[in-house]
Amino acid sequence: MKQFLKVIGRGVLSLFLFLGRIFLFLLEIIYITFTTPLKVRNFLRQIRFFGNKSLVVVVFTGAFSGMVLALQGYYALNKFGAEALLGPVVALSLIRELGPVLCALMVTGRAGSAITAEIGIMRITEQIDALTVMAVNPIRYIVVPNILAGFVTFPLLTAIFDLVGIYGGYFVSVYALGLSEGTYFSQMELYVDMEDIKVGLYKSLSFGVIVTWICTFMGYNAKYGARGVSKATTEAVVLSSVVILIWDYMLGALLL
Amino acid sequence: MIEIKDLHKSFGTQRVLKGVNLKIEEGQVTAVVGRSGGGKSVLLKHIVGLIKPDRGSIFIRGQDITKLSGKRLDEIRSQIGVVFQGGALFDSLTVYDNVAFPLVEKGKLKKEEIHKRVIKALSDVGLQGMEYKYPAELSGGMRKRVALARALISEPKIILFDEPTTGLDPILVRTIHKLIRQAHEQYGFTGLIISHEIPEIFEISDKVAMLHDGKIIEVGTPEEFQKSENPYVKNFIMGLEEQEDRL
Ligand SMILES: Nc1ncnc2c1ncn2[C@@H]1O[C@H](COP(=O)(O)OP(=O)(O)O)[C@@H](O)[C@H]1O
Ligand SMILES: [Mg+2]
Repeated sequence: MKQFLKVIGRGVLSLFLFLGRIFLFLLEIIYITFTTPLKVRNFLRQIRFFGNKSLVVVVFTGAFSGMVLALQGYYALNKFGAEALLGPVVALSLIRELGPVLCALMVTGRAGSAITAEIGIMRITEQIDALTVMAVNPIRYIVVPNILAGFVTFPLLTAIFDLVGIYGGYFVSVYALGLSEGTYFSQMELYVDMEDIKVGLYKSLSFGVIVTWICTFMGYNAKYGARGVSKATTEAVVLSSVVILIWDYMLGALLL
Repeated sequence: MIEIKDLHKSFGTQRVLKGVNLKIEEGQVTAVVGRSGGGKSVLLKHIVGLIKPDRGSIFIRGQDITKLSGKRLDEIRSQIGVVFQGGALFDSLTVYDNVAFPLVEKGKLKKEEIHKRVIKALSDVGLQGMEYKYPAELSGGMRKRVALARALISEPKIILFDEPTTGLDPILVRTIHKLIRQAHEQYGFTGLIISHEIPEIFEISDKVAMLHDGKIIEVGTPEEFQKSENPYVKNFIMGLEEQEDRL
């Protein structure tokens, strides 16, 4: 029993320690973002990096998400004789929910893991120490550009995901399910509001910050050795994915 | 110039430094030797404030840097160059940008002046023509030379070298040592070199100190050091020399 409590106690303690450190890290990021000029070159490089790494997988998963949504949506709507509403169903599911979430998960897997590994390697090869010694704040030089790049690229990639998905759904509805060409988009125009697009936008903006925050933190605190970096990378992806889903629910409930 | 007083540092339960005392004289090159994993890099990182000690102090020109932070610490750091163990070159930058980095970040010099200095620093270390390569494309010896050029370019008053030659073949060891000595003759920095190169290190240092079991157990000129009666020092010198003979 004593042993058991000890284990629980240690677990809770290290959880709070972790939370404390990751939120302090966030505070430092916020402080530096607003008090020092941005490293524009690094910021642009990271934007390119995110786009480059993730574009193909985003287009691919976006297309298939839209297609699957159309297929399954049609099956359900057909039962009520409401196939005409397939367009709005696909679009709303993508824009409000699946676009931001799936896109964020994909970008985490592709680009998030890569920035954790990259920063982890900078940590264990003492590049971060070298920056510090040259009086260059590593948070400013490495972390902030990543966070802002995430803030900019996540909504853009999500928009691409949504767009490709909507067209994927369109092709399935028209060519596989035999829906008339006009209804898909005209109904969509009728039912998708600016509000829905805003919900998707807020989600993807916040995912951009959350994912880059977690992934840079894990890399920044990677333990020494190659094992340390691979462990940090795995943990960054898992933690980011879990937090994406939790935050999606919380924000969804808040914005409904 | 640099005075380390009673420095203690533990990581968890592992006691790495157990009261280090060492004086590094102005304008001299002091070498620190000791077995691998003995805390030499940890000691070096204390001197630039990358690690804070549990106890003890480090005076650089009268200021205790273990008590400094923020701008005040950065000011001291701007007078110190560090050559890290693996070079710590920035993977995302070319050789040119790596060497220019300290000057560009300080933002005090004009572009043309920086360019002139980078070209000179690279030719000083024998790397002309390598400007636009990335660190990943260089050999270990070249990387160490780039790191050396980066540390030398802002002509810091103090330079700390963390095993600048480990893993290089004997000819390269001599080359790097020659570069360090040349730079020292040119503008007389205060140097601390962590090294395993026995006996080569005796040729370029004014003082040699041995870190053993978390303490400095011997300090002296190379001649005094080699005549030391301390059994650990004797063993260390012989052990490494034996190993070299066998190779
Ligand atoms: N940041 C750190 N956290 C925990 N342990 C460390 C850290 N840095 C060094 N150590 C440990 O301190 C000891 C001395 O390391 P180091 O100074 O690198 O030795 P060396 O004399 O070879 O340079 C090693 O056992 C190392 O694992
Ligand atoms: Mg070391």
